[in-house]
Amino acid sequence: MSGALANLALAPVLVPLTGAVGCVLLAGRPRLAEGFSLLAGLVSLLMALLVLQAVGEHGRLALILGNWAWPFGIEFVVDRLSAGMIAVSALIALVCLVFQAARVDPADRRSAALPLVHGLMAGVGGAFATGDLFNLYVWFEVMLIAALGLLVHRGRVAALDGTLRYLVLNMVGTLVLLTGIAVVYGATGQLNFAALAQAPASPLLAAGVALLTVAFLAKAAAFPVFSWMPAAYHVLPAPVLALFAGLLSKVGVYALLRLFGQVFPAAMAHWQAVLGAVAVATMLAGALGAAWHWDLRRILAFHIVSQIGYLILAVALATPAGYAAAIFYTIHHIIVKANLFLIAALVCRVAGSYDLRRIGGVAAARPLLAIIFAVPALSLVGIPPLSGFWAKFLVLRESFAGGHWVWGGAALVTGVLTLYSMSKIWIEAFWKPHPAPVAVGRLPLAALASVALLAAITAGIGLFPQTLLGFAGQAAAGLVEVTR
Amino acid sequence: MNAWLLALAIGLCGGAAVWLILARDLLRVVVGLALAGTAVNLFVLMAGRVGSGVPAIMADAETVLAATAANPLPQALVLTAIVIGFAFVCFALVLLMALLAKRPEGDVDRLADAESGAGPDGKPQPFYAERRA
Repeated sequence: MSGALANLALAPVLVPLTGAVGCVLLAGRPRLAEGFSLLAGLVSLLMALLVLQAVGEHGRLALILGNWAWPFGIEFVVDRLSAGMIAVSALIALVCLVFQAARVDPADRRSAALPLVHGLMAGVGGAFATGDLFNLYVWFEVMLIAALGLLVHRGRVAALDGTLRYLVLNMVGTLVLLTGIAVVYGATGQLNFAALAQAPASPLLAAGVALLTVAFLAKAAAFPVFSWMPAAYHVLPAPVLALFAGLLSKVGVYALLRLFGQVFPAAMAHWQAVLGAVAVATMLAGALGAAWHWDLRRILAFHIVSQIGYLILAVALATPAGYAAAIFYTIHHIIVKANLFLIAALVCRVAGSYDLRRIGGVAAARPLLAIIFAVPALSLVGIPPLSGFWAKFLVLRESFAGGHWVWGGAALVTGVLTLYSMSKIWIEAFWKPHPAPVAVGRLPLAALASVALLAAITAGIGLFPQTLLGFAGQAAAGLVEVTR
Repeated sequence: MNAWLLALAIGLCGGAAVWLILARDLLRVVVGLALAGTAVNLFVLMAGRVGSGVPAIMADAETVLAATAANPLPQALVLTAIVIGFAFVCFALVLLMALLAKRPEGDVDRLADAESGAGPDGKPQPFYAERRA
């Protein structure tokens, strides 16, 4: 795949970068900056759909910057997996920008965060589009520095404390990643994914893969290094929190999928048991953490951890069907999770707090919001016919078919625990009468529309899963076949 | 010989970094992170094989780099990593100053603003914004 069309592979980076620069230049005129930011978000989504269409036709877009001969130079490769992730992340970014513009939380009035949001999306897009191991590290760092800027943005002491936890654990993870990249490079002399896939196995390479695996697991918030995520996420403003919850840890899972599915499939023989055990521990730790907490955002943050466990489990199954399940699950999870955090912000707006002990009566006050909440909440638990049911069904069927009874059993137990804390949210926030009723104004229409759109997509995937199932299957097939 | 010296430096930097990162004092943690970054940067340089002092430059007539030339790629990688690491250390120092202004003791173990933990009844305490309300 060459020619002008291949330049599309750069769009996931260039469009958000343009958005970031434009928002900085327009910083003196907040309304204009906000408009430009929304425009950049929209263009980003359109370009992502264009990339998706081009990849659907040609299989993959590959572009080596500087026109070097392969395997030299930094390569951008967008295959079906990358294109799918880019499209869903652009969708979430646009929805979060619209939600931010709706000003659900009065504290969102300052728009200084906009360049950082676009910078974050450039990092996410770069991580999905790159075909080079060292370049992946660079995009992880772009994401991290933008995320840190967003975390401290409001400057309260709790935000500073949360940022410190996030910074230290992520920097250690990044240094492990860089060490792993150095070992892999020292062992093979290559950094290009496709070239690494052809490199002969050696003990040194296995050590490098081990370091990379640990680093990606830390970035994905897997057991036992998940504590940075629930420690920091709840200090964020709601739209940014939804963006973080939807995308950041999933980039770690994507990297893991790329690593084991395409680049070092042979290493899976050593890692399958470890990944499975990590997945089980992550699922249970996240679900148990969520069961203890009473703050809406912290419950949902621990649910991210437990869902990451399912994703790692799907990767650990190490079959094309398992990878397809991981891709389906990731796309479903990004949409559902971002939506739940946005709805939590609306619940806080209606009831006056994120603490379940202090709120109630939302179902009576805002029946529509209750229905919109029920869709992603039940989907996360895995109730048919919503998207989460198909995602969990694929993972469970594949793990039982592979004879991994313990993993599948743990996934079922986690599903029950997830149902427990979702019922807790439902009973406490929606059903129970409000302990001290507060008067609230209207919910912004744009905010309601954005959560309703995501809920509709969730229901749509659930009712017509075949489209996404087919896409996930093709993406997984494209991942495992040796390219170039 | 050079490689051994480099390995020793990586070991010393890395060891000191781990010791500092595990300290309770905030400033030590940040210095430890900077030192860890240095150790990893040296490691990346070493992964590209050290020893050759021949510049990686081709004369006009040549089309292939001399086999004895130094490997230029690790230098490019390390340069990138240094720039990124520098940005993060700067950010960490500013964060440290902002935190010390509000929590002058700078003790990692006593920082509990983001996560309030369990109250006397064993249940999670409300988050700071809720307590204020």
